[in-house]
Amino acid sequence: MAVCIAVIAKENYPLYIRSTPTENELKFHYMVHTSLDVVDEKISAMGKALVDQRELYLGLLYPTEDYKVYGYVTNSKVKFVMVVDSSNTALRDNEIRSMFRKLHNSYTDVMCNPFYNPGDRIQSRAFDNMVMSMMIQVC
Amino acid sequence: MAAPEEPLPPVIYTMENKPIVTCAGDQNLFTSIYPTLSQQLPREPMEWRRSYGRAPKMIHLESNFVQFKEELLPKEGNKALLTFPFLHIYWTECCDTEVYKATVKDDLTKWQNVLKAHSSVDWLIVVVENDAKKKNKTNILPRTSIVDKIRNDFCNKQSDRCVVLSDPLKDSSRTQESWNAFLTKLRTLLLMSFTKNLGKFEDDMRTLREKRTEPGWSFCEYFMVQEELAFVFEMLQQFEDALVQYDELDALFSQYVVNFGAGDGANWLTFFCQPVKSWSGLILRKPIDMEKRELIQRQEATLLDLRSYLFSRQCTLLLFLQRPWEVAQRALELLHSCVQELKLLEVSVPPGALDCWVFLSCLEVLQRIEGCCDRAQIDSNIAHTVGLWSYATEKLKSLGYLCGLVSEKGPNSEDLNRTVDLLAGLGAERPETANTAQSPYKKLKEALSSVEAFEKHYLDLSHATIEMYTSIGRIRSAKFVGKDLAEFYMRKKSPQKAEIYLQGALKTYLAEGWALPITHTRKQLAECQKHLGQTENYLQTSSLLASDYHLTEEQRKYFCQEVLSFAHQQSDSPGHRVVLPMHSFAQLRDLHFDPSNAVVHVGGILSVEITLCSQMPVPVHVEQIAINVHFSIEKNTYRKTAEWLTKHKTSNGIIKFPVETSPFPASQNILPALELYEMFERSPSDNSLNTTGIICRNVHMLLRRQESSSSLEAPSGVALEDGAHMLRCSNVTLEPGANKITFRTQAKEPGTYTLRQLCASVGPVRFVLPHIYPLVQYDVYSQEPQLHVEPLADSLLAGIPQKVKFTVTTGHYTVRNGDSLQLSNAEAMLILCQAENRAVIYSNTREKSSDAALRVQSSDKVTSISLPPAPAYHVIEFELDVLSLPSVPAAGGESDLRGTPEPQRKHKDRQTAGHCMVTTDHKVSIDCPWSIYSTVIALTFSVPFRTTHSLLSTGTRKYVQLCVQNLSELDFQLSDSNLVATGDSTDLQLIPLNTESQQCICSKQPVFFVWELRWTQEPPPALHGQFSIGFSPASEERLSVSLKPYTYEFQVENYFTLYNVKAEIFPPSGMQHCRTGLLCSLEVSITRLSDLLEVDKDEALMESDQCFLTKLMYEVVDNSSNWAVCGKSCGAISMPVAARATHRVRMDVMPLFAGHLPLPDVRLFKYLPHHSAHSSQLDADSWIENDSLSVDRHGDEQSDGGSGRSRGSVHSASSAEHKGLPMPRLQALPTGQVFNSSAGMQVLVLPSQDNHVLEVSVT
Repeated sequence: MAVCIAVIAKENYPLYIRSTPTENELKFHYMVHTSLDVVDEKISAMGKALVDQRELYLGLLYPTEDYKVYGYVTNSKVKFVMVVDSSNTALRDNEIRSMFRKLHNSYTDVMCNPFYNPGDRIQSRAFDNMVMSMMIQVC
Repeated sequence: MAAPEEPLPPVIYTMENKPIVTCAGDQNLFTSIYPTLSQQLPREPMEWRRSYGRAPKMIHLESNFVQFKEELLPKEGNKALLTFPFLHIYWTECCDTEVYKATVKDDLTKWQNVLKAHSSVDWLIVVVENDAKKKNKTNILPRTSIVDKIRNDFCNKQSDRCVVLSDPLKDSSRTQESWNAFLTKLRTLLLMSFTKNLGKFEDDMRTLREKRTEPGWSFCEYFMVQEELAFVFEMLQQFEDALVQYDELDALFSQYVVNFGAGDGANWLTFFCQPVKSWSGLILRKPIDMEKRELIQRQEATLLDLRSYLFSRQCTLLLFLQRPWEVAQRALELLHSCVQELKLLEVSVPPGALDCWVFLSCLEVLQRIEGCCDRAQIDSNIAHTVGLWSYATEKLKSLGYLCGLVSEKGPNSEDLNRTVDLLAGLGAERPETANTAQSPYKKLKEALSSVEAFEKHYLDLSHATIEMYTSIGRIRSAKFVGKDLAEFYMRKKSPQKAEIYLQGALKTYLAEGWALPITHTRKQLAECQKHLGQTENYLQTSSLLASDYHLTEEQRKYFCQEVLSFAHQQSDSPGHRVVLPMHSFAQLRDLHFDPSNAVVHVGGILSVEITLCSQMPVPVHVEQIAINVHFSIEKNTYRKTAEWLTKHKTSNGIIKFPVETSPFPASQNILPALELYEMFERSPSDNSLNTTGIICRNVHMLLRRQESSSSLEAPSGVALEDGAHMLRCSNVTLEPGANKITFRTQAKEPGTYTLRQLCASVGPVRFVLPHIYPLVQYDVYSQEPQLHVEPLADSLLAGIPQKVKFTVTTGHYTVRNGDSLQLSNAEAMLILCQAENRAVIYSNTREKSSDAALRVQSSDKVTSISLPPAPAYHVIEFELDVLSLPSVPAAGGESDLRGTPEPQRKHKDRQTAGHCMVTTDHKVSIDCPWSIYSTVIALTFSVPFRTTHSLLSTGTRKYVQLCVQNLSELDFQLSDSNLVATGDSTDLQLIPLNTESQQCICSKQPVFFVWELRWTQEPPPALHGQFSIGFSPASEERLSVSLKPYTYEFQVENYFTLYNVKAEIFPPSGMQHCRTGLLCSLEVSITRLSDLLEVDKDEALMESDQCFLTKLMYEVVDNSSNWAVCGKSCGAISMPVAARATHRVRMDVMPLFAGHLPLPDVRLFKYLPHHSAHSSQLDADSWIENDSLSVDRHGDEQSDGGSGRSRGSVHSASSAEHKGLPMPRLQALPTGQVFNSSAGMQVLVLPSQDNHVLEVSVT
């Protein structure tokens, strides 16, 4: 499904980043990092909207030849970025949304862990497994 | 489906297309009307109601009027819509019935038949009326007749299909009216025709689309059909609808491709899978690319052709709709999806061909947009176009790499061949751009022509892209493009140009903590710096890389080796140092002081052990590790004393340093945690608290200006401090991971030493930790020798040996053999010299170092304690027994009788209320070897006992009772109690009634002793007694010293019994017992037991006749409310001072209760006149009589039988009446002088026989 899933802190440093073809990790890191430009742009555009009506899903951030990058931002400005293979046409907007929602739920679980310091890198195994499941499903 | 059977009439497919309306009938007439018609028709909009629930639209209609020909009518099955005549109009000016019948009617019939043959129902007959013609022909029928005829003949039930246009070329209101009616009709009919024909067309089209699963279905054919619809919408200016048609086609095609990818291939798609041979890019400058359209029509189009054509149409429509930014966005999507689709369909594409296509397309789209927007619009919409710029840049770059244009040497022959192939695929430049200098085609061709040209174009593009990204705030994207550019520069061997881009990118990644990009960029930067010969920067980057866990072991080793080999090679220029920050090389984890409280005395050895975690992948030999220390003399020296030292024992002396998480972004480390400390400021004089508060130690970190431009890796930021104080450790090999390094130093000057910098030297390379944080300090102190003497127990007890602890803190003084403490003996305190005294020597940190025997020599005045030799900054502790002796009583001169005196407050004894012990302070002055001054030490001893005495009498016999109360916590053994009279009365005998000689007195318990006093002659007026008792702690065995007894001195005066008071109660006469409620008589007899004595000589004594009289007052008091004293209860009597003189008083008392009742108390006072010098007793008496005793005078006389004088005095008193005189005084007789012989007696009272009083108590 997804080839790379990243959780990025409010301050734009990665809390979690994982990609399936591990040899190309660097490329995805660059890609996710660059996508933050668009995330920032979208968030600042969204800032004008009413807070309670805010849509967390940011939609397609930017397409590249091979990948599509989608974004999602929590109310605490933690960003989720998902990179999907462009050839994977089975993934529609709705699937991406539900994947993000799943990711958000799992992230919330991580945050609920009293031993987790907000702002630290996420090392939860449950979260890891969930991310892996989202990446493996189709591939 | 087959292609159209016959060639269509030439139609110019331009936007000038209008719906076709044919004109039949009078052509000349139409020609004359045409200008007005074509002008008037679009003037007013008309509402077009649509089928399928589509929103109605206001539409301005235009038409292309052509002469009616039969060929214009479409044949059955013809799908062409553009050439479809939507309305057929027959024009006639006929106003003559004859003419009508002769020609017009035939003509009309023929026209109608043709229409019918093609089943066309959209027609209109226009009859133009002309007044001028009417005038010419006078015999004309009424005009209506022609119209009526036509309507009659042709408009079967459709009378509205025939309209009249009156005087169309005149300018009159009638003309205008007629025109309006005509135009409205024309528009309505046109729209009706559209609705009908388009609806039919759409239905047909849908039917066709539904057949798409059938084997013979062709996308291209369907494409042509739906495009026809789009054309019509476009023709009707309904661009939105037109666009929808293309979007539907687009989606349909995309879906097919996707399905194909999923294995569901359609036959027709295989045609699109033919290898790509031409990659000439999008063509957007023409509204319709006929070339491509024909290819599609002929079903020869490739995927790129189809996509290009489709997009060009979409682009045209979007531009009509004023949505150029959507073009840009769709273009990017298209380009991406085309690349994907080609991959998906496994179309063979020559390498680079797609890059060419994408590059050309991007530029074409951009130029097309630029062509229809002004500069300001473009500038404010960069966000939409920048993607295309970046994509073009990317593609040009890959083309450059592909064609060998980026390498240093230029393209080789293979590259050149490839270039030629690529250029061939571009084909010839299209005519429409041939004259444009900057056409995408020319650009690409030029860029691929030479290395220089490529560089120019690539740089232009890159810079433009970076600039655009930067201008819209997409810094990260800009840096990413910049990194590509840097890579390019590196390939071109111009690292100086690459560096700035790499640094910029690295800064961004560092600021946001992206580890992998950091590592990658650093690696590039290292190479760049190496080429540039920036030694320091290169070494720093290398050291960072060597410690980077994201690199492989080998890579890390390589970079580590780079640093080490530099360090080893360069020895030619001494003094040249390369200063690098420490954190990449090694990290300080913790620091441990020994002694752990980090306080050391002058000359002491301090060791500092640090844990340094080496980040290097290999062991590194370090010549020297040094800690730079800053020295300061702190004002608050308390911290540096031994006292502080012993009280403050830090847990373990380990200071942990926060682990530097280097890959984490600066944003997280921007604000360090507050470091708050309590602060107490004491006044220097008395050490009392002046102020207290909380201070933040790292304010300078928190409040400093955020340096926005600080380069994170600037090596110049590290300054090497050269301090006078250094801790050094040489020749250390740091293994990867944790290393423990120990520094040893001997403390020199007293003060506070702060560890500031840590520096590791490897050859000329210095790895410096510029600030050791949190603050690490150690203190060096110098201390004066001190002596402390304190009791071992809570308090010292007087009279028995007590242990006192001596503590000698040597400080900087070294105790040598022969040094001794000289104690000047206090007179009442002994220092007991025991055979074996041992002193223990401790180091300053309370570790026992040795013990030694102590020699104590005592002489008369001085006790000398010779100290064992001890080094400086040690503590000597020993204990001595001291004994507080009772001081010599001041009154007594007996030197042999030494005991602890009780009430003699010779010293500053303090006795507070309650059970506090009496204390005695002894001051001892001690001469210490290190000082010329004596130390005065006060020791406070408490007396463990408190003694009280009391006099007991029976009749004239006297006893002395002594109560010894033990106030201490100890039990004592008492022995040898002794009481001696110290007064001058020698005939006084003290006979002890105590049987036991040894007695135990427990803690907090009293013990009593009694002696009987006996005398032979006249008893002395006072007894001075001295009580002494020996005591020793009950728990201890035999003590080495003989203890002095405890003494107590007291005095008893007037202890001889002078009066005997006896009270008796007699029942009423005739009764055997007293009864409640009945008056009884109380008889009090006061008897003098002795003749005149010394003690009687006071103010009250009167001499009359030959005998002496004294005045007494008695008082009967019943405190227990058993008796009701009736009448006078007290009275004054004159008592003859002679033995056996008796005075009796009678009074009535009534018992209130039944039972054995104690007798009421009788108290006796000495009655003193108010003033002894010139007073009259009579006055005093009269006052008493009148005031309170007058009522009882009678009773008094009754009972008065003993002394006539007494009565007389009473009488005399009553006779005189004086008021307001001073009070006479009453003085209690000393207890020893009165003996109450009836004390303790009881009398039996029976209950009353009267039953009429019933006492009921209800509770």
